[in-house]
Formats: sequence, C-alpha cells, structure tokens
Amino acid sequence: MKIKNLTLMLAFCALTASFLSHAQSASAQAALYTRSLAATCANCHGTDGKAVQGASMVALAGLDKNYLAAQLKAFKSGAQPATVMHQISKGYSDAQIEVLAGYFAAQKK
Amino acid sequence: MQRRSFLQSSAVLSLLGLGACATTSVPAKAKVVVIGGGYGGATAAKYVRLLSDYKIDVVLIEPQAAFVSCPISNLVLSGGKQIADITTPYTGLSKNHGVTVVKDSASAIDTAKKTVTLAGGATIRYDKLVVSPGIDLVYSSIAGLQEAQVAGQILQAWKAGAETVALRKQLEAMPDGGVYAITIPEAPYRCPPGPYERASVVAGYFKAVKPRSKVLILDANPDVTSKGPLFKKVWAEQYQGMVEYRSQHKATAVDAKAGVIRFDVQDDVKAHVINALPSMRAGAIAVQTGLNNMGNKRWCGVNYQTFESTAAKDVFVLGDSIQIAPAMPKSGHMANSHGKVAASAIVAQLAGWEVNPAPMLTNTCYSFVDNKNAIHVASVHEYVALEKTFKAVAGSGGVSAAPTEQEGGYALSWASNIWADTLM
Repeated sequence: MKIKNLTLMLAFCALTASFLSHAQSASAQAALYTRSLAATCANCHGTDGKAVQGASMVALAGLDKNYLAAQLKAFKSGAQPATVMHQISKGYSDAQIEVLAGYFAAQKK
Repeated sequence: MQRRSFLQSSAVLSLLGLGACATTSVPAKAKVVVIGGGYGGATAAKYVRLLSDYKIDVVLIEPQAAFVSCPISNLVLSGGKQIADITTPYTGLSKNHGVTVVKDSASAIDTAKKTVTLAGGATIRYDKLVVSPGIDLVYSSIAGLQEAQVAGQILQAWKAGAETVALRKQLEAMPDGGVYAITIPEAPYRCPPGPYERASVVAGYFKAVKPRSKVLILDANPDVTSKGPLFKKVWAEQYQGMVEYRSQHKATAVDAKAGVIRFDVQDDVKAHVINALPSMRAGAIAVQTGLNNMGNKRWCGVNYQTFESTAAKDVFVLGDSIQIAPAMPKSGHMANSHGKVAASAIVAQLAGWEVNPAPMLTNTCYSFVDNKNAIHVASVHEYVALEKTFKAVAGSGGVSAAPTEQEGGYALSWASNIWADTLM
C-alpha cells in the first residue's frame, strides 16, 4: 500500500515536472524569438534598448508600451517625420510593432 | 639530457609568450567557440551568452588586443577622429558577459572531430563553431601591390588599424597640388559605400588644408555601387574640380616607385598617394576549411535561417565572409545582425527547440561626406522560408535626401551604440 502510494506519487511528480518543463520550454522558446526580434533594434538603440549615454537615439528601455507602439506606427504612416525611422519602421508588421513595444516597455531603464 | 630538453622547451615556451607571463588559460572544450572578434563574431559571442541566460559557455578567439572599427575609420584619414576614438577593448565581453576571450588566432579547424587548433598550439573542442574572419585581401589581383604594401608605400587601410594611421601620415605629407588616388575592386567587396566616403572626406581635408590637390576615384565597377546620386552631387558641388570619378577602371598593376597605376583597358594614372583596394574574399581560415563554396570559391554559402554553413554541420559563418543574398551589403551593421540570428539559432539548437522560423536583419549605414555631414542607406530584411533567402521588406528602407549635420551626429551615435551592442 505504502509502496503503491509512493509509486503513484512519484509518477504524479514526474508527470507534473514534465508538464511544467514542457510549458516552461515553450514559453522560453517564445521569449527567445521575441528577444531575437528586439535585438534588431539594438544596433542603434543599445542592447535591450539601453542606449549609450549621450547618444542621440532614443533609449527604448522602460518607455510606455502604448507610446512606443504609437510612435512606431506614426513613423510607418509618415505622420511622424524622421531621418531614418520612417524607412526602418516600414520593415515591421503592426503585430511585430506590438511585440517590440511590449518587450522594450518591460525592460528596466 | 633531460635538463637540456627542459631548457629547450622553456625557450620555446617563452618564444611563444607562454612563459611566466601567461595569463589566458585555454579551455579544452566549450559549447560554443567563436573565431574572430569583429562585428559578427563579437556580437555572436555576446548574444549566445545573453540569449542563453548565461548558461552556454563561449570562447572567443581573436588575435588583436582591441577592436578597431572600420566604420568611422575614414574620419581618421580626414583628421576628424583619432585611432583611439574608434578602438574598443575586448574586456567588456569577458567582464560583463563571461565570454572567455583567448588572444590567439585559429590555425586549423577539423569539422569532423569538431576541434579548433590555435596558432599557439592549443586545441579546443566545440559543439557549435562560429567562423567570422572578415575578408582577406587578394593582393595578387594587382601586380606589385604585395611588395609595395610590405614596404609601406601603397596601403589599403581597409582593415582599420596601423594602416589607417600610416595612410593618414601619407596624406599629411602629400604636398598641396598632389593627387590621391583610390582604386576600387569589382563588387562584392567589404563596405560598398566605403571607398566613396573615403574619397569625399579626404577631399574635405584637402579643401581645408591643401586646396590645389586632387582626389581620383578609379572604380572597376560600371558606376558608383552605393548612394550614387548623393555622392555624385557632393563631388559636383562641394568638391567641384577636386574630385574626379572614373568608372570601368580595373587596376591590374601598381608601380610604387613611379607612382603609377595600370588598368586592364584604360590609360595609366599617376598619383602621389596611391590607395589600392585589391579584390576581396572570405577570410583565410574559412577558405582553408573549405567553407568557401560559393561565388567562384570567394565566399561561404550559408543557410540564411541560421547562418549555418552549407559546407559543414554545426559551423556558422557570419559577416563579410558569406555569400550575400540580394540587397544584403557587406557591412558592420549587417555582420552584427548576422551574429544575433546565428546566436539565437545556436541557443535554440542546443536547447532542442525549433529555430526561429522568421529571423530578420536590419542595415543602417552612414557615410560622411566631410568631417561633419553624413548621409545614410537603410534596409530591413525578412527571411522568406519558401525561397530560403532574405529579402528586403517591400516598401522599407531608403537613403537620405541630402547630407546633413544632424545625420553626422546620428552617425557618431550609431557608432557608440553598435560598439556597445557588439562589445560591451
């Protein structure tokens, strides 16, 4: 009886662990893709949106999500004039812009 | 006898610099080994660490003590910047990100045994290898160039560093009324707008200091390969009578003593300072390993979704060494972008995940036309799975309307940020 319980418990633990690790792995995988997309901004805006002090590009880290998405969409539509961002923003879909805005908003300043 | 061989081996050790002052111990194996600490390799090393949450160990092999940037190096020639301004140490990668930086060069790769042998003798086993050696200059494409380069008479300064400083000295020593000539090889070559930027900023220096001098651009290509209308306008207006552009001039020989450049078809040209850029191809270690399977064996084929070599498994080739997809320039910004796509793919593969199905690349390339004003070309590229290639996103990208001081400021800020993104 005791042994059977223990076996069941172990099986349950193993199952839970496997489920958890699978879920964790799927979310880690999704996070990797998001980080890879955000990394395309880092060349000019700094790793994770932390720009070098004194640089003229906007440091994206920690800015409001709605503000970031609105700015990118305004560059894309031409409503917001720019030297280069009107050309770069057109390379990203609105869905990608939402993902990027969410990612940079969640970064510490 | 034993004592003698001991003495001999310690003599060898000290010759190799591995004696008492040895500081770097080379690990016997690493999950990821990166060859080359340029824009591609250094970025890949940092981003494998970042994207794996510092779980994957990375060894970076780089012979130079510090990174000297090719972008902005033309401003060292014009006197707008010093070489120290474009130099960044590798210590940021080790201190901030735990990359093991080994100051050495790779002498051999065994893709079957998955090992890299270093010039210093050590061997490192890898699970994944990143090869980012930049370009090799094919001196033999211009007769007499190799000897003239060794003698310090005709420089390339296309790999920024000591030659950049030496070419600046040649320009300073040139008398007013002298001629500076730059020869450009057929595309593809490293940094398409680079030679035209160089010609422009050197003209800016001449205009201020020795205004009777001339700049001759001798281009093997049928036309200016990048930002053509913008550069031509600058030469016609800002440098009228000073800069002369000649297309279809493929340099075949130089005579350093006589100051003469010879071409396949056109007449000889005389100049006081000759800056000859020979043909380029993938870096020597890539060629030696047989990764150069494209473009008349000059460039390395890659699977664009991951940058894994099409010639060897678990080997990723980045930067100027690769066979580019259409509209993908050989630039530092691009190499940095390659590094991130490869890092993400390596992290996914080592975790047993599917690699990112839709990687993206950006390119933003600024060119100065004098010490203050700059122009840009920008593009965004998406991986198109159906065609297994990168394509510029329709409607994205473009160039500046005209050179501005504002973009000159952005160009320098771009440099600060990409140096930090790559190395800090």
